[in-house]
Amino acid sequence: MQERVKKDPEREFRVVGTRPIRPDGADKVTGRAKFGADFKMAGQLVGKVLRSPHAHARIKGIDVSKAAVLPGVKAIVTRDDFKDQGSEFVPAGEMLVNYRDVVRNVLAREKALFEGHPIAAVAATSEKIAREALRLIKVDYEVLPHVLDAVEAMKPDAPVLHEDMITAGVTPPPTKASNVAKRIEFVMGDIQKGFKDADVIVEREFNTKPVHQGYIEPHAVVASVSEDGSAEVWVTTQGHWIVRAHCARLLGWDISKIRVTASEIGGGFGGKTVVYLEPLALALSKKARKPVKMVMNREEVFRASGPTSGANIWVKIGAKKDGRIVAGEAILKYQAGAFQGSPVQPGCMCAFAPYDLENVKVVGYDVVTNRPKVAAYRAPGGPISEYAVESVVDEIAEQLGLDPIEMRLKNAAKEGTKAAYGPKFGPIGLVEGLEAAKGSPHWNAPLGKNQGRGIAAGFWFNIGGETTVSLQLNEDGTLSLMAGTPDVGGLRASLSMMAAEELGVDVAKVRPIIADTSSLGYNFLTGGSRSTFSSGMATVEAARAMIKEACVRASKLWEIPLDAVTWEDGKVRPAGDNAGKHEAMDLGDIAKIAGKTGGPIVGYSAITAHGAAPSFGVHIADAEVDPETGKTTITRYTVIQDAGKAVHPAYVEGQFQGGAAQGIGWALNEEYIYDDNGRLENPGFLDYRMPVASDLPMIDTIIVEVPNPRHPYGVRGVGETPIVPPMAAIAAAVKRASGVRFFELPMSPPKILAGMKAVKANGGAKATT
Amino acid sequence: MRYEAPDTIDAAVKLLAGEAGLARVLAGGTDLLVQMRSDVVSPDLVVDIKKISELRQVKEEAGGFRVGAAVTGAELKEHAKLPKAWPGLVEAANLIGSTQVQGRATMGGNLCNGSPAADSVPGLIAAGATATLVGPNGRRDLKVEDIMLAPRKLALTKGEIVASFLLPARPARSSDAYLRFIPRTEMDIAVVGCGVSLTLDPSGTCTAARVSLGAVAARPLLVEDAAKAIIGTKLNHAALAKLEAAARAACKPIDDKRGTVEFRIDVAGVLARRAALIAQERARKA
Repeated sequence: MQERVKKDPEREFRVVGTRPIRPDGADKVTGRAKFGADFKMAGQLVGKVLRSPHAHARIKGIDVSKAAVLPGVKAIVTRDDFKDQGSEFVPAGEMLVNYRDVVRNVLAREKALFEGHPIAAVAATSEKIAREALRLIKVDYEVLPHVLDAVEAMKPDAPVLHEDMITAGVTPPPTKASNVAKRIEFVMGDIQKGFKDADVIVEREFNTKPVHQGYIEPHAVVASVSEDGSAEVWVTTQGHWIVRAHCARLLGWDISKIRVTASEIGGGFGGKTVVYLEPLALALSKKARKPVKMVMNREEVFRASGPTSGANIWVKIGAKKDGRIVAGEAILKYQAGAFQGSPVQPGCMCAFAPYDLENVKVVGYDVVTNRPKVAAYRAPGGPISEYAVESVVDEIAEQLGLDPIEMRLKNAAKEGTKAAYGPKFGPIGLVEGLEAAKGSPHWNAPLGKNQGRGIAAGFWFNIGGETTVSLQLNEDGTLSLMAGTPDVGGLRASLSMMAAEELGVDVAKVRPIIADTSSLGYNFLTGGSRSTFSSGMATVEAARAMIKEACVRASKLWEIPLDAVTWEDGKVRPAGDNAGKHEAMDLGDIAKIAGKTGGPIVGYSAITAHGAAPSFGVHIADAEVDPETGKTTITRYTVIQDAGKAVHPAYVEGQFQGGAAQGIGWALNEEYIYDDNGRLENPGFLDYRMPVASDLPMIDTIIVEVPNPRHPYGVRGVGETPIVPPMAAIAAAVKRASGVRFFELPMSPPKILAGMKAVKANGGAKATT
Repeated sequence: MRYEAPDTIDAAVKLLAGEAGLARVLAGGTDLLVQMRSDVVSPDLVVDIKKISELRQVKEEAGGFRVGAAVTGAELKEHAKLPKAWPGLVEAANLIGSTQVQGRATMGGNLCNGSPAADSVPGLIAAGATATLVGPNGRRDLKVEDIMLAPRKLALTKGEIVASFLLPARPARSSDAYLRFIPRTEMDIAVVGCGVSLTLDPSGTCTAARVSLGAVAARPLLVEDAAKAIIGTKLNHAALAKLEAAARAACKPIDDKRGTVEFRIDVAGVLARRAALIAQERARKA
């Protein structure tokens, strides 16, 4: 069942809001679409990476001499092939990267900091030879004690990963190096006063595990460097301009010499916003003077690409008897993995964002651990802190005997609310979402035996950023659209719809592509739920530029002033009777006269898209817990979220459902399991248990539309918010189904069974696990 | 690496016995090929047994069935009589992997892969199946529960192949069931598996039973005490409680990435009871 809640339809749309077939659909369902590993070049070599078997070790020496003379080996690169980089943070999606760390993440320098850390890379004429070459590389390791957990890593006697890391954000600065990269704090109002006014206070500690984005397509790249130093790269990525920038920086090459083409992408979810193989493939190709193809296997993806943080979270919330929250406090400790830069900052900012509060204090710690460096994962940081806060809100509602929706309505952020992290919200759709939840068939349906229902809200900022779109009017009146934000969830469909809407043409007449970095102006990556918003805004602007040009051409043809020409209903027309009698012309007619009225017609937009607006979501989950095995089945699920304006509702629903599906995995079964030596024991989909299709119910959706006033069509990003509420909604449902409130993810069957047994052993006393 | 696909069992045995290096049998390949790709094994010789017709057939024999070791799960499911006679075993074989995997995976391979968590093995043990082995010294029969000794360790001698399984004749009112616990619904490996096969008399009293547990010890177990707990009963509450306790008592599991010792022991009892009740219900109608 798919429902829509409308508010304020400012304009009647002809194309936007319909569900045409996506332009990339046929190739994807027939297997013709080219993903990262599908590119091949004549004479290409196979590139392979040697990875550290140790979680933490000093690298005393790397001897490649034996591998280098193995017949078929064409190039080897190690840390010596990359210049060291100074400490400098640059944005990558919603995360920051530091080139000092990027160069070390691509190839270890002083130390191996996690199992799977790349040590060297080889290019050879066959996979077999490349593997053999890896075996011949001798690395002299001094194995060091390791630490995996943020709380452990913060202890004074913990093994220190970076001997020069002094905690930032603390005055006076500590004198000793530690694993805490940064302390941050957001304070609003006076929490002491707030807690004093509270009738009820709940204080809880939560733990979550790192979870992987789980994209089905592993990282893959083909790089070809010419003798003149120019390079071509084909890669699966969320941002090929970012790949270009990182590679140019790490290799010391001119940006203009690297041309990057993004393949179709088999999932990214934030994880394909960083570089792993690309600089290695380029360095190998340059050395070997041949194209080099590198593809990670699943094990490498798990061992060496970034999940999101595991965390320890402490939350304290005080409320009045009527449910009004008077103070909220949280301490967040996020694992960053081997290098600093966990999403603890957005985690802090999100923690209480759904609520209109006076007194808030949030403290965050960015903590390095001997795990792969975290990467962005849908709403990075948000799901973790909001899981903890929403769980406490649920518990307070329960203690006060309040309906959890009413409790949230009483505190919901709305237009004008000052968020604890600073800004005032514009028009937002949280209240509308909560009301839609309250009236939904799901919320009002009866529950079966051993079933419970939970609800949670969620927030994500969303971003805009640098964006370029080019729209060409072809000779026959059809349109070619070039965008530069890789299409992760139906973007090309949405962009062609927006172009068609603006230009008054059939959507099938607009053929969109994701252009390469040398064919189009700069584009920041697809991340922050920005692509439909930003590239959509640029598309509308490019279309408007084309309309303007069409008017210019008509004025030339008709020999009347430009202001006597107007665009209406998809046609250029004389503005009034005084303009003379001329036949209105659509874009097909304009295309025919383009050559003789000034040349080819191109609409172009190169902007920094401002005005991204947050999206709030509300999820309802029904869980059934088997009382004898602790196994949880999600029996019903509904996602309600503000899309601003759903351009292609099917893909908005797809984002809602996908986020919920990933959240169900996060809540119930996904976790990294390490042995005592810090080696990952489950680097594959068999034992890293993401949900399969049969684990999920049909995920229902309700699209709320509170238009974003700063987008021409009202669009808000929708891609990230859907992964924020599931964990708390499911934890609340499991509480009601099992009688036990759990404070740790994943809520896997052994934990749930043990929790239920503990309750029984206590004679039914309220247990918490 | 050498690949051979002989069309007689004797030729296969000769190849395997004569290989000086590491020789592996390829049936469905759903374990072997994965292990080869991930560098777990690098055989010098792979002998594909799918071309050997004897190993690819289901035949009626001595009132029961002889199932070739290289018959796939999907073929078992589509057989005219097997799913009715041995619904639990057929289900067990068809819990392995995805639909595509079930089109390749075989019970012989499942057994010889040597995993304590193999789904079809507790099904075979509960069924009382006898395996026929063919080796350089001829043929011999072994009960399935005596074949796997420890993880990746089998009672097979060099050159010996599991050729087929004999499922015994079924008395009236007999049936079986297999349940496994996985945190998901499919595409997973048993945390605990349990097969139960039983026979009822006209009054509904259980006259014969076999209970087998998987993934709770170093090898799949035949749990005789669990069977005794229900033989002579109508699977009333007390008998089921005894069955659960006996199943739990037989467990010697480990803590690993798939489950804890405590969890596996608890769930073994639960699955034994649930499987017994399903088998009972089916036997009443059989």
